[in-house]
Amino acid sequence: MKKNLLGVVVLVIILGLCLSSTLFSAEPLKVGLVFDIGGKGDKSFNDSASRGLSWAAADFGIKRIELEPGVDADREVNLRNLAMIGYDVIIGVGFLFTDAIITVADEFPDTKFAIVDGFIPDKPNVMSLLFPEPQGSFLVGMIAGMKAQEDGKDTVGFVGGMDIALINGFEAGYIAGVHYVYPECKILSAYAGDTPVAFADPVKGKELALSQYDNGAWVVYHASGLTGAGVFEAAKERKRFVIGVDSNQNYMGYIEETGENFGLTSMLKQVDVSVYLAIKAAVEGTFKGGIEVFGLDRTATIGGITYSGVGYALDKYNKDLITPEMITKVEEAKAKIISGEIVVPTEVTK
Amino acid sequence: MKSIKKFDYYSILEKITPLIAVILALLVGAIVIMLIGENPVFVYKTLFSNAIGNRDGWGNVLFRATPLIFTGLTVAFAFRCGLFNIGGEGQMYIGTFLATWVGFTFTNLPAFVLIPLCILSAAAGGALWAAVPGILKAKTGVHEVIVTIMMNWIAASLTFFLVLKFKASPTEAMVAAGVKQMIPHTNEIAEAARLPRLYNIFKFLNIDFPSYNQVNVSFFIAIGVAVLAYYILWKTNLGYEIRAVGYSPMAAEYGGISVGKNIILAMMISGAFAGLVGTNEVMGFKYRWRQELFTGLGFNGIAVALLGKNHPLGVVLAAILFGILNYGGAIVNIFTAGRIPRELIMVLQAVIVIFVVISDEVVKRLIRQRRKVV
Repeated sequence: MKKNLLGVVVLVIILGLCLSSTLFSAEPLKVGLVFDIGGKGDKSFNDSASRGLSWAAADFGIKRIELEPGVDADREVNLRNLAMIGYDVIIGVGFLFTDAIITVADEFPDTKFAIVDGFIPDKPNVMSLLFPEPQGSFLVGMIAGMKAQEDGKDTVGFVGGMDIALINGFEAGYIAGVHYVYPECKILSAYAGDTPVAFADPVKGKELALSQYDNGAWVVYHASGLTGAGVFEAAKERKRFVIGVDSNQNYMGYIEETGENFGLTSMLKQVDVSVYLAIKAAVEGTFKGGIEVFGLDRTATIGGITYSGVGYALDKYNKDLITPEMITKVEEAKAKIISGEIVVPTEVTK
Repeated sequence: MKSIKKFDYYSILEKITPLIAVILALLVGAIVIMLIGENPVFVYKTLFSNAIGNRDGWGNVLFRATPLIFTGLTVAFAFRCGLFNIGGEGQMYIGTFLATWVGFTFTNLPAFVLIPLCILSAAAGGALWAAVPGILKAKTGVHEVIVTIMMNWIAASLTFFLVLKFKASPTEAMVAAGVKQMIPHTNEIAEAARLPRLYNIFKFLNIDFPSYNQVNVSFFIAIGVAVLAYYILWKTNLGYEIRAVGYSPMAAEYGGISVGKNIILAMMISGAFAGLVGTNEVMGFKYRWRQELFTGLGFNGIAVALLGKNHPLGVVLAAILFGILNYGGAIVNIFTAGRIPRELIMVLQAVIVIFVVISDEVVKRLIRQRRKVV
């Protein structure tokens, strides 16, 4: 009897310890992020995701890890290993993670997954972070059109990465935006290739942009990840304007020696905000599966700055290039897109 | 007597130069790791213990080695005929696409017909694509390097065009949400066209093996193809002729061997090996074509063949080594919380290749000197 009692007491103590350790320990949330092709340092898409993770680390004290994928099979392996060693939130940056996340999310129902640009509507533990890029592209297209008109030019250009539906959407929005303010403007379009390498080929980017500039393009908008670095090089070489993508790339058009800047603006796709908000939801226990759309009307305030899901970049680098009248016009159009008065096309009509 | 013994010593040295190269490369890697500020012993221990220290690791390694065996054999086989086939990438694209097309088109065939048919179409696609540079080389003397590398781009664009033609229709949920296929892909191949994963075999044999591991029957096909390559090259008349053309086309011609015919045949066999990558990547893994799946495997085959000294056994061992490095690299990346980048493994692979070339040359000179002395 006495022995039994002792046993019970020991058991209760052990149980109590277990409970307290799960309830009261301040074990930080562990967040893993796996990059897309191009990887960290692309000054664009992947870096934006990484920035979101850093913000979350600063605000919530999470434990974080960033991984680069190699071959396709690595995506699945990376996600699975992160889940196995106890990561609570795992984020795949880019639609290429769709298959891998669908597979791994079923194996680890208690782990939370998020995918940037991927469409996985029906898993309770997967949040899909989507962006209406054509809308943001429409706004920078307007700026490109107005700039060309103001300077008396008749052509603008577009350089895409891989020729796929996602990037065609950028092109379609851009063209519509240019023609909204300047219907007669000619638009040159080119893509860097048919394989994913097209997102990581600055040499090709430069070549395409140079040819567009030499054929009269006054502004070139790129939606091509790391390939865009070449587009900026071309812009600086020809001293014409360039529009960045995903992150604020305005500074990349700045020539230090002369103080000139050719970074007209950047189409902001706030991957950082979406990643931050997904982690925030997990920290606060409000994480739910399904589609989250980050559009013009979706705003979030982080560190005192208010961001919208997609938009255009204004900073010290391009303040002299964009007149207040341009901003007024763009803001009008933005309101009309949100209200549904302007419907931005998502496909290029050929 | 003594000199013969010495000579043997050098010929052994010649055979094991890749091994020396690998050890030297790992030492260079260790220095790089120390420069990053990490402990090389820990990094290598993590790499090798996870890659080959358990069954899941082995499975992952063999899964990554399988396509490299195919593309390595592609380069090695053509090289025996004196041809530098760097079109493995394109041949792999065409063969794989053809196999995928057969797999999702003839869906009502039973497995015992459909699987062999898919495998044959993979080989046939690669062979046909490689036949073009072969014929051009044999008939007009156009250098195969130029033609194969150009045909890589044609293959990439052609398959991209085809995947748009055979694009899987979007799901109802996608239509409802107005979302498009981000990257075009085909429908999945029929169940009957899929190669079983090794997990199924291990389960049958009551061996514990993780069900999610991607290694599949294609690995055995790769080993079979390596044996076949050895058999053709050293046990058949065709192989003798191919090697004779490789050693000296003029001498072969003088000996009554048709140089042109053998160049075309060697290219086609070599291309067929590349096409078989599809058995691993589509029939055993993704079950559908997606453009970005295979990028680079064809080119990595060049390094594998070089390290394997253009011998089928060497190619298999080199491919497994690259598999270990590739998988281990991904693991090290995780276990060091991203402090050791995956790129380190690419550095290692590159250093290995450089050392193979250097040590090859050094050993050759040693042997030459030795012979002069004797």
